[in-house]
Amino acid sequence: MSDKSKIIICRCNDVTQKDIEDLIDQGITDIEEIKRLTRIGMGPCQGRTCIPLVAAIIARKTGKSYEEIGIPATRVPIRPVPAGVLVGDVDEE
Amino acid sequence: MMWMKSEAKTVIIGGGIIGLSIAYNLAKLGEEDIVVLEKNYLGSGSTFRCGSGIRQQFGDEANISMMKRSVEIWSRMEEELGMDVDFRQTGYLFLLYEESEVQDFKKNVELQNKLGVPSRIITPEEAKEIVPLLNIDGVIAAAWNHTDGKANPFKAVFAYANAARKLGVDIYEYTEAQDIKVENGKIKEVLTNRGSIKTHRVINAANGWAKIINKMVGVNIPIEPYKHQGIKTEPIKQGQIEPMVVSFKHGGVYMTQEAEQGGIIGGYGLKYGPTFDMTPTYEYLRGASYRFSQIVPALKHVNIIRVWGGYYAETPDGNAAIGRIKELDEYYLAAGFSGHGFMLAPVVSEMVAEYIVYGKTEKPLWFYDPYRFERGEFRGKAVQMG
Repeated sequence: MSDKSKIIICRCNDVTQKDIEDLIDQGITDIEEIKRLTRIGMGPCQGRTCIPLVAAIIARKTGKSYEEIGIPATRVPIRPVPAGVLVGDVDEE
Repeated sequence: MMWMKSEAKTVIIGGGIIGLSIAYNLAKLGEEDIVVLEKNYLGSGSTFRCGSGIRQQFGDEANISMMKRSVEIWSRMEEELGMDVDFRQTGYLFLLYEESEVQDFKKNVELQNKLGVPSRIITPEEAKEIVPLLNIDGVIAAAWNHTDGKANPFKAVFAYANAARKLGVDIYEYTEAQDIKVENGKIKEVLTNRGSIKTHRVINAANGWAKIINKMVGVNIPIEPYKHQGIKTEPIKQGQIEPMVVSFKHGGVYMTQEAEQGGIIGGYGLKYGPTFDMTPTYEYLRGASYRFSQIVPALKHVNIIRVWGGYYAETPDGNAAIGRIKELDEYYLAAGFSGHGFMLAPVVSEMVAEYIVYGKTEKPLWFYDPYRFERGEFRGKAVQMG
């Protein structure tokens, strides 16, 4: 069996499969709460990689459907943008 | 769905840090049979949307002394609640550009010092020593208090919720208070989307939504939700912007580096409302990016990863409305924090619990009297940014 403490689910914030499963075992099964406690989906990727993986772990461990689990809000900017580009001071490369 | 009690001694409406910390403190003083209702998930309303700052640099005696006590609680919160909430005393630095600002802050510092808060006025060069990346062009002085700081709103909410649960508090998420039944001036029942709970005591801790709850019992206190926003950058090397840096000259901009993750988080004073809409705006994203790069030019090259909306539940004088409502029995209000609910929660909850259990408190509850507005007795506008 693979070591879940070495399987990275969120690369931005170094969250492992074990971190997430431990929370679910403590009764925290709401993706919004798992997001806030582990900060999955809050790094530079904004959840592109990790959110579907976390939803899958929740679904497998709790039997909830993907509809029930839902996905956290997507926020602008959709991809990271330098402050200077937003202001018009710095050219985007 | 989780089983729900049909009867409780106390029903608290609002599962943000105010409602949860009141539940915890009531239970700590021996109260039993407490229920917290949250219509969404814990902290989802305003707490998880806040700027994370904790400061004692206010301009009036009540808020300064309340925040001094609050910082005492924040600094031993791990010991009390059993969870590290990332509280860091990294200070608050107010950049001052006009002589009139300096005079106002000198007065505030004098009052803060009298009450035991070690704030002081420093030179622009000293400010730059604290935050080397600062642009100090035009800065003529700064107000600095090293015992102010910040904490992690997510962890603080869970710390209070878990500690409250351990003392027997029942917390129901996704449970919305839809109506409150009152007979002959007495509270009888709270109706929710999941059934009703018989009770004689309700505490309205719904902040942004407080007026909706007040309306259910026919109480009218001026608290309105205004949309404010925040932005966050990608993580940068730790130790770049340790304190909360504030400039009123730049539209009430504030920013600090998150203790744990290293992103810069902050915002400025552009607000919309009253409104229940929380959609982030491009106007804000751009305005905040501009102000960030004015204060710290290096941020021009740092990626913004997120903008989000949240409420300041505002009262006419920018101070919360806290107390017992006289028109009916037994209804309490702790809302309208105007952007200061997170930092004040530890002390406000202690005050409210003392008042409910002992019928009195030595803390300045009078200052936050919800009836001051109808008497036309406005407090000095609380120092507020964002």
